[in-house]
Amino acid sequence: MSFQRTQEKLKILADAAKYDVSCSSSGSKRANTNKGLGDATGMGICHSYTEDGRCVSLLKILLTNHCIFDCAYCVTRKSNDVKRAAFKVQEVVDLTINFYRRNYIEGLFLSSGIFKSADYTMERLVAVAKKLRLEENFNGYIHLKSIPGASDELMREAGLYADRLSVNIEIPTEAGLKKLAPDKKREDFIKPMIKVKNEIIQYNAEKKIIKSTPKFAPAGQSTQMIIGASGENDFQIMQTSNHFYKNYNLKRVYYSGYVPISYDNRLPQIGSAVPMLRENRLYQTDWLMRFYGFDVSEILNEQHQNLDLDVDPKLSWALRNLHEFPVDVNTADQRMLARIPGLGMKSVFKIINARRFRKLNWEHLKKIGVALNRAQYFMVCDSNQFEKRDLTSEKIKGLILQNSTSKYQKMLSNQLSLFG
Amino acid sequence: MQAKNLIYDGTFDGFLSAVFYVFEFKLKGVTIQNEFTVQQGLFTENESISTNEVKANRVWNGIKSKLSSNGSYQLYYAFLSEEVGVEDLLLDYIQYAFSQRKKVDKDYSHPSILKIAQIAKSVGREKHRMEAFVRFRLTKDDIYFASIEPDFNVLPLIEKHFKRRYADQKWVIYDIKRGYGLFYDLEKVELINMEFPENFNFTKTDDAFFANQEFEFQKLWQDYFKATNIESRKNMKLHIRHVPKRYWKYLSEKQPN
Repeated sequence: MSFQRTQEKLKILADAAKYDVSCSSSGSKRANTNKGLGDATGMGICHSYTEDGRCVSLLKILLTNHCIFDCAYCVTRKSNDVKRAAFKVQEVVDLTINFYRRNYIEGLFLSSGIFKSADYTMERLVAVAKKLRLEENFNGYIHLKSIPGASDELMREAGLYADRLSVNIEIPTEAGLKKLAPDKKREDFIKPMIKVKNEIIQYNAEKKIIKSTPKFAPAGQSTQMIIGASGENDFQIMQTSNHFYKNYNLKRVYYSGYVPISYDNRLPQIGSAVPMLRENRLYQTDWLMRFYGFDVSEILNEQHQNLDLDVDPKLSWALRNLHEFPVDVNTADQRMLARIPGLGMKSVFKIINARRFRKLNWEHLKKIGVALNRAQYFMVCDSNQFEKRDLTSEKIKGLILQNSTSKYQKMLSNQLSLFG
Repeated sequence: MQAKNLIYDGTFDGFLSAVFYVFEFKLKGVTIQNEFTVQQGLFTENESISTNEVKANRVWNGIKSKLSSNGSYQLYYAFLSEEVGVEDLLLDYIQYAFSQRKKVDKDYSHPSILKIAQIAKSVGREKHRMEAFVRFRLTKDDIYFASIEPDFNVLPLIEKHFKRRYADQKWVIYDIKRGYGLFYDLEKVELINMEFPENFNFTKTDDAFFANQEFEFQKLWQDYFKATNIESRKNMKLHIRHVPKRYWKYLSEKQPN
């Protein structure tokens, strides 16, 4: 391949792909076969981190940034005056293999602008994956973007070569989508998602009977929503997210704070801050839903439509539900332990194991790694020292904030002053 | 009676042989040190322990029967940390494990067990970092070569990962700090020692050793690394927490152009 041409294309098409947040490379079970190249059985690996602190696990590029659509929030929209480029199938294959051999990446994340038609684009994405698997005997991770509107037949083929498929719904509500991407319909996003979901279920069922059934998208599906571009509140966002987790068996929903890239007056203007703290709070809520046994309605509901920025969502929930506390760490079940602010799931499992040997006191808990600054108001342990004052929620919140420094302090005071 | 200080040869089997010796003679108040880092105590008597594979295996099998598999690998991980005094912690852990009927490896309120679990965790983190940060460079002899300087002795832990992953290419991962490496010849992995020219610069990609295309792919990777960054989200503190500066010198994307 010609070095200079490839270099130029790589710069353009990596730059255009960087707003896709997902860089996960875990959850597949593709082992190295026939002494080929690569293995995707283990946990994901971040081979590097960008200067904005995001994981670099996959070679994340667009096949092309030519696009027939004109979505306001997208940097490759038709009306945007940017340099356009397109990779040949073989170029992407060569880059992937050579980066992988040097241990730069876990695999490929290939997305694309839509040129000509959905099927025409999807066909080319599939061609790259197919070539990597069949000609190069590549067993690394492949994440393909499902192109909205692609045919069932192509989606089925994609799932046979890819580890993960994703389609970004981008805008959390249909009304928002109508405003910012009038050419697109919610159904077009949903259709490939349903197809892939059903195929996964079918292949898994067959696998139980016939061992040699090929893998179908073993790392599942994911999607992404842009935060802060179209005016939705956190309640709407997390409801949509919950809907997708429940109905489409998604592995992940990603939240991407909108990075202003356009002077379009329907959107936040260039220069306005990326809502990173809000994004972080949404991810925390997502984790509470998926790993901590919370129902989304406990955290966000008609009464609480937005997450607090100054405290994390679990603490915020606990402060609204003081009647559930204090919890005795030596007797409580896993569900309640997981609800104590300042206790992560790792600490929860450590406590459950350790308390079989002796009753735990503050010293033990501190060494195990519990964030006592937050936890102390919500629990009792094997000690007669515990919070005996009858504190109100506001008082507890004040005490906790007084004794902690948030990594978001600077941002917090900026964001708060906007409302102040 | 003088306190004893047992000296072993630095290998895991050597350490286990010393543990065997402690149990055999029911020694109390004993310390175990590796022969490269031995410190003369004022009131201690040094005794060299010869490595005995049979005894070592007996101890190891005993440990495995007294702990969950997670517990025994934590002991091995912690041993590879090479931290000063880790042998004494391990001995305390092992003695405690043998004194109890129950498996003790999840007794996190016991000081030695928690400490070993924490050391094992940092070794595990280093292992994972090496799986991430090893950067192969293709040599003129068609071997993918990487040099590393890990905080802990993690080469034995990463062998399997690289062997499985790069089954169809020859590779070397060389630990410069400890002076040994792994070489995969398409069949098996061997431990090797290599001679390098005086003042050999491991961070430089020299065209006398490395293949021509190597320079192009490094350049492409650097370009990619730059292009995938979002300037308006820049957060160097987070960046450095994920990629501590001590690793930068072997990362292709962090080399000056």
